[in-house]
Amino acid sequence: MTYIFQQVLNALQLGSIYALIALGYTMVYGILTMINFAHGDLFMLGAFFCFLAATFLHLPFIPTLLIAMIGVAIVGVLIERFAYKPLRKAPRVSAIITALGVGIFLENFTLVFAPYPQSVPTLIKNTTWVVGGVSISSLQLIIIALSIILMVLLDFVVRKTMVGMAMRAISWDKSIVPLMGIPVDLVISATFALGTSLGGAAGVMYALAFPVIDPYMGILIGWKAFIAAVVGGIGNIRGAMIGGFILGGVEILVAAFLPSTYRDFVAFTLLLVLLIFRPYGILGKPRPQKV
Amino acid sequence: MTIQPSSIKNWIERLRALWEKIVSNRKLLPVLLVVGLVFSFAIPQFGLLNQYVVLIMIYVGINIILSTSLNLINGYMGEFSVGHAGFMAVGAYVSAILTTKVIPANLAPWLFPLVVIAGGVGAALIGVLVAVPSFKTRGDYLAIVTLAFLMIVKSVIENIEAIGGPRGIPGVTLLTTLPWTFIWVVVTVWVIRNFVYSNFGRGVLSIREDEIASDLMSVNSRQVKMLAFVISSFFAGVAGALFAHVLQFISPRVFDIIKSTDILIMVYLGGIGSIAGSILGAVIFTILLEVLRPLGMWRMVLMPLVLVILMIYRPQGIMGLREFRWFVPGYDLFASKIWRKKKEAKDASAS
Amino acid sequence: MLLQAKEVTHYFGGLCAVSNFNLDLEPHELVGIIGPNGAGKTTVFNLITGVYKASKGSIKIDGVELVGKTPNQITALGIARTFQNIRLFKDLSVLDNVRIANYSQTKYNPIEALFHFGRYDTEEKRMAEHAMDLLAVFKLQDYADEASKNLPYGLQRRLEIARALATNPKILLLDEPAAGMNPNEIGQLMDFIGWIRKEFDLTIILIEHQMRLVMGICERLKVLDFGATLAEGLPKEIQNNPKVMEAYLGEGGDL
Repeated sequence: MTYIFQQVLNALQLGSIYALIALGYTMVYGILTMINFAHGDLFMLGAFFCFLAATFLHLPFIPTLLIAMIGVAIVGVLIERFAYKPLRKAPRVSAIITALGVGIFLENFTLVFAPYPQSVPTLIKNTTWVVGGVSISSLQLIIIALSIILMVLLDFVVRKTMVGMAMRAISWDKSIVPLMGIPVDLVISATFALGTSLGGAAGVMYALAFPVIDPYMGILIGWKAFIAAVVGGIGNIRGAMIGGFILGGVEILVAAFLPSTYRDFVAFTLLLVLLIFRPYGILGKPRPQKV
Repeated sequence: MTIQPSSIKNWIERLRALWEKIVSNRKLLPVLLVVGLVFSFAIPQFGLLNQYVVLIMIYVGINIILSTSLNLINGYMGEFSVGHAGFMAVGAYVSAILTTKVIPANLAPWLFPLVVIAGGVGAALIGVLVAVPSFKTRGDYLAIVTLAFLMIVKSVIENIEAIGGPRGIPGVTLLTTLPWTFIWVVVTVWVIRNFVYSNFGRGVLSIREDEIASDLMSVNSRQVKMLAFVISSFFAGVAGALFAHVLQFISPRVFDIIKSTDILIMVYLGGIGSIAGSILGAVIFTILLEVLRPLGMWRMVLMPLVLVILMIYRPQGIMGLREFRWFVPGYDLFASKIWRKKKEAKDASAS
Repeated sequence: MLLQAKEVTHYFGGLCAVSNFNLDLEPHELVGIIGPNGAGKTTVFNLITGVYKASKGSIKIDGVELVGKTPNQITALGIARTFQNIRLFKDLSVLDNVRIANYSQTKYNPIEALFHFGRYDTEEKRMAEHAMDLLAVFKLQDYADEASKNLPYGLQRRLEIARALATNPKILLLDEPAAGMNPNEIGQLMDFIGWIRKEFDLTIILIEHQMRLVMGICERLKVLDFGATLAEGLPKEIQNNPKVMEAYLGEGGDL
């Protein structure tokens, strides 16, 4: 029993990180119908900004987190402006390939400056309590709590603010929205800033939980989070959160009961099966086709 | 003597005219193929080019096979498959297992073509599995399926100790030679071109354009999708087999998402829906990667930048949707002209 | 009887799109389906051609049950259609658009295609010639190599019909063929439909809003409203049917 609680905690931790990253994918997809495959690498940048801020500026946790989130947001907006915007009218796959290219660029650019894995200094005093046989670390709680706070904030922004409403409008019909006087480019930039900053936050949390970072850390996690977003229903914000937690849960579950080499295999197979039964993701809706 | 802009223009015109003259003579193609085959034997035999260059040529060939076969799914059918490295892995492992564990060493060079075919068949069988979800899902969801499949193949290989698990299979015999590579490249391009210009290939195109309308115009989309996946994965398996026997070592780590991404880049760089485009994309990608090697780590910073710039200024890739004349069957390219001539002849004889 | 639809009913979720649709179609008939927008007319076409599987009821062609078959199987059995919004294969050439419709009649198998032997060559040449002949019948042969999206609207509509006919159908379903046409063009269209009916030995079902076309060439009509069959009969009878007038125009209108 205690083993299960332990794993649930681990799953929540991993799941929150996946969820934050998945949110970035889903927000960009919702508004531009494009998959920003560089997103995993923005997550990696978040971890590296955290490393830089903590190691060279000796900043404590909160400012580091903010710097990482803002830094990643700036990079995200720049990428959108210079690499994606020119391709808004181009065939979708060109944008995807560009995103892949941007990602590879980010990975190797970082690699040039950090050819060896770096270790991130501890920013949060990690105390562990043992409650009923389950060891809970303050780091885990902070990660989970912080992620939930960020997700609630995002949900609020999307549902209750003008910017959020504009985002949702654009995701439904891009052509009409400018006619309503909404500055589409600004809203798209805001979407990127929000989505990527969440990915950056996830990077910081991951760096704190697993303090050795390298430039390629975002690749696999990025693709996994993408799957999580699709499983939840791509374009759907609540779906991305659900998908992230499901993926985290499945991975931890599998690692808990099966040899570690089976982890990815079973996790992906289960996700595949899920997609077979819900081909548009859990909360996704097929765009109705008029014949 | 100053170089006048007009004389440069003159030279460009002359080159263009020369190109036209060469290209309009289709009968040159078989000649060039024979010449190519002869050279592919002569070069390594007589050391006409150094070993390193020959190795690069082999890799170019393997990449051509990979990009042309992926083009079937991603270009002609308009899907987004990221699993191609998975099919390659199956082909590599099937062939490597055959040559390292099953076939006696002295027989291996003679049986190599069969080994490669076996690799292709193994990959094609997996291709059947991946084709089934494609019947109902499309677009991004199918991309996920192919991604998951890639991860699953990698995981499965890692978990089977008998074939080396995560450490892979070392000591694979060097069986891939330049002539074999050349032959397989020609076979791949020929077969895929035959498929694309048949009614099955047109069916693939129609599915990309409008799947529902295509169904309603009697196209059996299940059959077409199955064919496309099987052919595409077969040749990916072939490439994998050739790859295993030139690298002389395979491990699951080689066939990861980065490999799939490389192949994707080759396809989109060259231009989707164009066989010449895939060939160009593979050649440019492979050679550029080698040429930029002296740059060290900056190589992989520069390459993607070049790619991004190319995508922004020419999103349809180098060839776009255009095809090189020699690849289009004569009766197809000139179908309307042939018909008109026939009609004129008929009208003339009738009057 | 060529086509028989019996008690065909279809639901989208909780909404009933078509209820109790019946049709007995004899060879060479020209039947029209009319009704206000959203009445379910195109849905009937989609049900016949297999785009949707009818929730209830049966549709048979020459006694063969269609409900449950895939669209390409149904097309191969002899039913072809055009679309309300043109659905040509935009980036493909005019010739290719027509050739693709020959898919089910392709006389070579994939192996012959892949390795370029056997019937592949002769069949390809035959299909190309056959497609060009068909295009010539529709006066489209000069556009054969042009991308279909580059054609003017009227020619695109004509190409859609040519493409449908390339499937060698017994029954042709035309979905609002006169959309966007002026009175002159409608007159030509009327002659055109009459001509292809004779030339290709067709039975035609027509969905249309343009009353001149409907009254001019349809032998009998079915009127749909909210998925249900409001009235059926000869055009003259329908014209004077008060229920029909009310459905189209509200009370106190004139057809």
